[in-house]
Amino acid sequence: MSQTIDREVLTRLLRESAGVEEGVDLDGEEVLDTPFVEIGYDSLALLQVTGRIRREYGIDLPDDAVSDAETFRSLLDMIQSAPIVAS
Amino acid sequence: MSVSAPVVTGLGIAAPTGLGVEQHWQATLAGRPAIGELTRFDASRYPSRLAGEVTGFDAEARIPSRLLPQTDRSTQFALVAAEEALGDAAVNPEELPEYGMGVITSASGGGVEFGQRELGLLWSKGKEYVSAYQSFAWFYAANTGQISIRHHMRGPSGVVVTDQAGGLDALGHARRQIRKGTELVVSGGVDGALCPWGWMGQLATGLLSRSTDPAQGFLPFSADANGYVPGEGGAIIVVEDADAARARGVERVYGRILGYAATFDPRPSSEDAENDPLAGGGGLLRAARQAVADAGLAPADIGVVFADAAATARLDRAEALAISALFGPNAVPVTAPKTMTGRLIGGGASLDVATALLSLRDHVIPPTINVAQAAPGLPIDLVTEARETDASAALVLARGYSGFNAALVVGA
Repeated sequence: MSQTIDREVLTRLLRESAGVEEGVDLDGEEVLDTPFVEIGYDSLALLQVTGRIRREYGIDLPDDAVSDAETFRSLLDMIQSAPIVAS
Repeated sequence: MSVSAPVVTGLGIAAPTGLGVEQHWQATLAGRPAIGELTRFDASRYPSRLAGEVTGFDAEARIPSRLLPQTDRSTQFALVAAEEALGDAAVNPEELPEYGMGVITSASGGGVEFGQRELGLLWSKGKEYVSAYQSFAWFYAANTGQISIRHHMRGPSGVVVTDQAGGLDALGHARRQIRKGTELVVSGGVDGALCPWGWMGQLATGLLSRSTDPAQGFLPFSADANGYVPGEGGAIIVVEDADAARARGVERVYGRILGYAATFDPRPSSEDAENDPLAGGGGLLRAARQAVADAGLAPADIGVVFADAAATARLDRAEALAISALFGPNAVPVTAPKTMTGRLIGGGASLDVATALLSLRDHVIPPTINVAQAAPGLPIDLVTEARETDASAALVLARGYSGFNAALVVGA
C-alpha cells in the first residue's frame, strides 16, 4: 500500500492488466506522449489497469477522469496527484 | 454474386484430437481416443466426470498479449483456429475489402469459464475485483467479435446459438450472406465450457454419460449407449463465393457447400410428436431430405453420413430411423468420429464438416471408435474402422437440445 506508482510500476501494471500491442515498445520514450489509442489501449484497457491500481494501491481514480487521460504521461500525473483512500 | 455453390477454401481446427488440421485428421484416421477424466477442474463430486479436452495449448505463445486478459479459453481456441483457416485459405484480409468479409460463428454460452471466474470475484470480493473485460468476454458473440476485430472484417456478421446444431446453422447463414453478395465469410464454431458452471448447464439436460471409463463413456448407436461426453474445441471454416475465390487466384478448395436445411421438432408432449413414426426422428429426416434436395442431389449421390450421435437409446434410434428412411436400410456408411472428442456444443458440427471435407479429399471415412457394431434394430451401416470411399458428397447431421435439427451437404 505504501508503494508509489512511478513510470516503471505503471508500465508493469499496464503490461500485466492489458497486455502490449504488437510492435509497441512500452519501455520506450515515445509511448509517454503518444495517444493511448495509437499504442493499442482502449478505454477498457485503462479501466482494467485503474481497477487494479485501486485494489492494490488504494488510489481511487474516477472513471470519467480516466477516460480523459489520453496519454501515459497524463495518466501517470493523474495517479500521482490522486489522494490515497482506504481500500 | 455467384449462383454456384460457395466453396470452402480454408480450415482451422482446435480439438481434443489435435491443434491444427493435419494433427486432428491424422489422429482421427487412426481412431485415437481423446476422451479422458476431466482435469480442468475437480469433478470428483459431479455425476459425470469424462470430457474431451484440448491439450498442449500454450495461450501465451499463440495469443497476442493484448488479447490474453480479455478472452476466454474457448475464444482463444477460436482465434487460433481462425488464424490457421485464413492462412490455409491464403487470405490476406488487408488485400480484400473489409465490408466484403463477414464472420458468422456458432456458440452456446460464450466465455463461460471467464464469466464464472469474474462472477466468483464479484460474489466473494466485490465489484472492484471484476475484470473490465467481463463486459464482453463472457458473451456468446465474443468469438465472432474478436475474429472480426483482429482480421478487420466488417461485412455481415453474427452468431447463431442452436446448441449442437449451431455449427451447421452458422454455415447455412454464411451461405445466405454469400448469396446476397458477401465475398468471404469466416464461419464454423469453436466452443467449450469445462468449468463447474458450464458443466452444470450440460448436466441439466440429463443426457450426459455417467461412465468413468473413457472407453465406455460415449457409445452412440451401441446397445450400451449411456449418454454423451462433453468436449471443447471445434473448427473455423473459410467459405467464399466461388467466383470471388477464383478471381483472387484460389487454386485449391476443400469442397463446396451444396445443401443445407434446418427444422425444429414439435413439443415432446404434442400430438405431432406422438405420431412421429420415426420416434422423434421426423424433424431430422425432414432436414436431411431437404438438404439433399437443396444440393440438387438424390440420396444415392451421398457417399457418407456424419451422424449427430447423441448416444441415448431414444435419440440414436430416431437418428438411425431417419437415415434409413432417407437412404434405405444399411445403404450408406454412417460414422461418428466425435466418439474420439465428445460432443463440442457449438463447435461439434463444424468440426464434423471439416472432417467430412478431409474425408472426401483423401477418400477415406474415419471410424466411430469404442463401438463394435450398431445395436440390433438400428438399420445403419456404422463405420467402425477407417474405410476407403469414392464418395463425392457427404451429409452432416446435427441436433441441438430442445429440438434443433440441421443438415448440411458438402461436395468434393
